[in-house]
Amino acid sequence: MNRTVTLPVSGMTCAACQARVQRALEKAPGVEEATVNLLLNSATVRFDPGLTSPEQLVGAVRGTGYSSHVPSDAPDLAAEELARDVEASREFRELRLKAGVSLAIGLIAMVLTMPLMAHHSDPLLSFAARWVDSPIRGAMPWLYRASPRALSYGLLAVTLWVVTWAGRHFYIRAFQAFRHRAADMNTLIAVGTGAALLFSIFVTLDPGFFRARGVAPDLYYEAVILIIALILTGNALEARAKRRTGAALRTLTLLQPAFARVVRDGSELTLPVAQVAVGDTVSARPGERIAVDGTVVEGTSAVDESMLTGESLAVEKVTGSRVVGGTINGTGAFRYRATAVGQESVLARIVSMLRDAQGSRAPLQRLADRISGIFVPVVISLAIATFVLWYLLTPEASFVRAFAAGVSVLIIACPCAMGLAVPTAIMVATGRAANLGFLVKGGEALERVGRIDMIMLDKTGTITMGKAVLTDVVGHPEESDLSWLGAVASLEAVSEHPVAAAISHGAAARGVRVDPVTGFTAEPGRGASGTVAGHRVVVGNEAMLAKEGIDPAPLRPAAALLAAQGKTAVYAAVGGALVGLLAVADPVRPSSAATVAAFRKLGLEVSMVSGDNQVTAEAVAGQVGIQHIVAGALPDGKVAEIRRAQAHGRVVAMVGDGVNDAPALAAADLGIAIGGGTDIAAEAADVVLMRPDLAIVLQALGLSRKTVRVMRQNLFWAFIYNVIGIPVAAGILYPRFGILLSPVLASAAMALSSVCVVGNSLRLRKFV
Amino acid sequence: MSIDRVVVLAGGLVAIAWINWYFFLSRRTEASATATASGVQEIRVTVAGGYSPRVIRVKTGRPVRLMLERTENNPCSEEIVIPDFGIRRFLPANAVTAVEFTPSVGGTHEITCGMGMLHGQVVVE
Repeated sequence: MNRTVTLPVSGMTCAACQARVQRALEKAPGVEEATVNLLLNSATVRFDPGLTSPEQLVGAVRGTGYSSHVPSDAPDLAAEELARDVEASREFRELRLKAGVSLAIGLIAMVLTMPLMAHHSDPLLSFAARWVDSPIRGAMPWLYRASPRALSYGLLAVTLWVVTWAGRHFYIRAFQAFRHRAADMNTLIAVGTGAALLFSIFVTLDPGFFRARGVAPDLYYEAVILIIALILTGNALEARAKRRTGAALRTLTLLQPAFARVVRDGSELTLPVAQVAVGDTVSARPGERIAVDGTVVEGTSAVDESMLTGESLAVEKVTGSRVVGGTINGTGAFRYRATAVGQESVLARIVSMLRDAQGSRAPLQRLADRISGIFVPVVISLAIATFVLWYLLTPEASFVRAFAAGVSVLIIACPCAMGLAVPTAIMVATGRAANLGFLVKGGEALERVGRIDMIMLDKTGTITMGKAVLTDVVGHPEESDLSWLGAVASLEAVSEHPVAAAISHGAAARGVRVDPVTGFTAEPGRGASGTVAGHRVVVGNEAMLAKEGIDPAPLRPAAALLAAQGKTAVYAAVGGALVGLLAVADPVRPSSAATVAAFRKLGLEVSMVSGDNQVTAEAVAGQVGIQHIVAGALPDGKVAEIRRAQAHGRVVAMVGDGVNDAPALAAADLGIAIGGGTDIAAEAADVVLMRPDLAIVLQALGLSRKTVRVMRQNLFWAFIYNVIGIPVAAGILYPRFGILLSPVLASAAMALSSVCVVGNSLRLRKFV
Repeated sequence: MSIDRVVVLAGGLVAIAWINWYFFLSRRTEASATATASGVQEIRVTVAGGYSPRVIRVKTGRPVRLMLERTENNPCSEEIVIPDFGIRRFLPANAVTAVEFTPSVGGTHEITCGMGMLHGQVVVE
């Protein structure tokens, strides 16, 4: 079996270079065919993966002096998802056709069988026969005049056709598995229908042989066809539903555009995304998907990032803003410098995280795994035991009943429902989570969320915005004029201090004009000074004012008041006179207070840890309604706090940012990292929020709890279905109630059971 | 007990015993991965209703590459899962898919299909 790989080759400038690379590749062992394209700077190689690998092919290219590398996995991932989707939809169409045709033939076969049996061995069919027998007798009297022998040969031919056309794969797959000493759903269907078919063929060939031995010469042709038809119907529904469970991942892989407009030497070239390098300038036109991750260098626009962050409002982008590949540019045009491509890109990392999560196992599944490994051989043993017991224990016509019961056991048993119970729930839940704006690391994390009883929130960046803003401008008690703000903002615009940045941004937002500054000096730990429009401007704390010989007393009470609110207050003086007070604070996110209240409603104990001082921490905690706070905590202190709670038997979730709080996130039973749309590098976290909003934690809790519930329901249903279905099919109710399950009814039940499980998992798609 | 009942009973018991022996107790195919020039331990595994060889022996510390050739389109085998190495991969029908991992400690690791029906093992030595 050959594989094809396209390697990027750089450094080729002429046809001779191209020929040299091509020759080197063709000579390499295991290469079937190599085509080097000078214009695309690539080599497409068909090779035998048993003899060589992409790495060795890259080595062969490098041996010629040109550079190449193994293409990143990201495009492969999209191709894999696409291949999978194509196969799934082909499978669905094929199953649907086969199911439809065999269902129709099965019904016709049922009609044809009517004249052959006075009583039908299959209880369902004999029940149906009582209803349709006389209408058919009226409508098609010729049918009843036909020779039973001709009818049964006709049925045999039709059944053989259905079995070999629609049902062939059951037998081939069962045989493949058998050769590997394995058994699956196909084994059960193949053995069940195969036994019924063989018996019917013998009866057709020599009915007298059976009659002479007291065995009713019943035919199971229509049962075989209907069983195959119903199971195919179930498989078709299941294939369609399974395709839907992976839709979220597929959608994400398709977000990656194939081409990028790279600006080189002043003109725009359309290049495959794989050829974009970090540092390239890329152009984004209105309405287009952004090709790779980058930083805006020119132009402005609003970008729709909802597909990655769940944020429905478009995000403003100006020079310096980060943009993410796969998001959709609004009406503006801009250029950006590529900062991450291929596997390093945010989209590729989200896709690979989601894929890992969907592939993960949940502890709940362990029992199901253990059972499904031994399930089929055990069921076959049970079916044989059923046959033997019926044969030994019933006096008359025992063979027919024993046989039907044995076949029913084989057909009703459904290992698929058990195998699908947990993985489909994980697939749908992790996909839904990505739509809502968070990534869950896997099934195990989903299960852990449900056990959380305490939630610890980091203050900065989690409860608050994580960014200082200008909150208060207080004038001198005897001056109402605030025109000094312009002078202060001008000075602060030059400074690099975070407080200064907040003041200059805040002033700009208040419409203040900035003037040039001369003689700027920053005094670490105190403030800054400089000259604006001929006046000396001083901004800083009391120590700064003292150095300048200015008395802060008139504004001291106001400063104390602001400090008590957790704000950082700085004095401002212009021309040697105290003019006012500015306060800067990290504002609480709008959703924080409501979310904290909602956590409490869910029965969680909420606490806050912060590296900030007690006053600031208390001020924020008061605003959002948290009583238990730990202030002045270093990263180690946060870990110690979590350990202390765990020692008291609490199951702790920690919410913090992925970088500074990594140790605490790892120490907690559940680490939830608040990321931005551009930052999902949170190794230590179990859940990563793709937009900074505490309210998503609530959704994560809700979705996880619901997912665990769905998994439990699925497992329960799958187990109970088999636990009840198999004994009933074996005839446990017969001695007491006279209830015997028909093989056809058994196949309908089996087809439904796995569809129910997948359908139940799909309900998670609607979670809000 | 009439003769036919004795035959059915005996036949049934033998059949049950044989099935359980065949699926659970019989010998499994085994093979060791061979190291390629680049130091990767490589082995070809056929995926069709199961994995052959069923037990794969590899050495610790060096990368392992399973060349999984899926020769059927039975959806039962469309995914391979090696939980201990965090691997779940889709295997396109009638194609070879490479799966790589590096075992760091010795031990036996389960290989299963997506639904846990088919089984194999990686034995790290």
